[in-house]
Amino acid sequence: MRAAVIVFPGSNCDRDMAVALRAAGADVQMVWHKDATLPDVDLVAVPGGFSFGDYLRCGAIAAQSPICKGLIAHVERGGYALGVCNGFQVLTETGLLPGALMRNADLKFICKTVDLDVATSDSAFTEGYNAGDTVGFPVAHHDGNYTIDDAGLKTLQDQDRIAFTYADNPNGSVADIAGVLSENRRVLGMMPHPERAIDAGHGGTDGQALFRGLLGQLTNA
Amino acid sequence: MKAKVHVILKNGVLDPQGAAIQHALGSLGFDGVEGVRQGKVIELDLADGTSEDTIAQMCEKLLANTVIESYRIEVL
Repeated sequence: MRAAVIVFPGSNCDRDMAVALRAAGADVQMVWHKDATLPDVDLVAVPGGFSFGDYLRCGAIAAQSPICKGLIAHVERGGYALGVCNGFQVLTETGLLPGALMRNADLKFICKTVDLDVATSDSAFTEGYNAGDTVGFPVAHHDGNYTIDDAGLKTLQDQDRIAFTYADNPNGSVADIAGVLSENRRVLGMMPHPERAIDAGHGGTDGQALFRGLLGQLTNA
Repeated sequence: MKAKVHVILKNGVLDPQGAAIQHALGSLGFDGVEGVRQGKVIELDLADGTSEDTIAQMCEKLLANTVIESYRIEVL
């Protein structure tokens, strides 16, 4: 599987994401935000961090960068994309995923490992888990309060597009949502960090199944 | 020409920052603050003749996230 990790000014989980993808067996290239086109890849990862200093809104400026035009074209062609933390915010700002991420309900920056429930195993990202599994992933965000209107929430529920929910909602997200899938199930955005949970010495290994599952699906495709 | 764009969370979207400000005003002894909404004001310095329609496109594409925010344009 070939993957690209986008690097914005202010990205800080880009190398962690590359390490996690390489550990699962992917061929990874780093791509700078000013590049107008993406290399020919199966997966584009949008990493965590504080792109453009979170100016205007988290992810808003990054969503307008030249590389995001390439990202949108990649997704429209049926390509896979994974956005984590700030990457999730970027994916909602581009409109590739529904909803928005707002300031945490208690206004605090939250940095801890949280339990998530796997809400569906029906995606390349979550097929390595069973629905109902509990996994521990770190979160580190100030704006992770997922918001969507009632009609949008019903669509997500009816189409089984909620990938992960918080066991103990830390940030006020609607319906405890921690991660959502696109309609074609090839784009996943999530606030918690699976790439920080791939090594027993660093935060556990619950994230490995996500990357290995992705590799398995995309390599066989 | 100059324009101001006022961006604020839509009615019905919970505003945790506004709620915190309301609480702090209460702590300061200001009674009767029944609600606070926090938004932002963006001042634009524009070429003369820029249409309000163009400014609205700026709002739709970047200045506001219309999933959660509404905007109001004030041409000065």
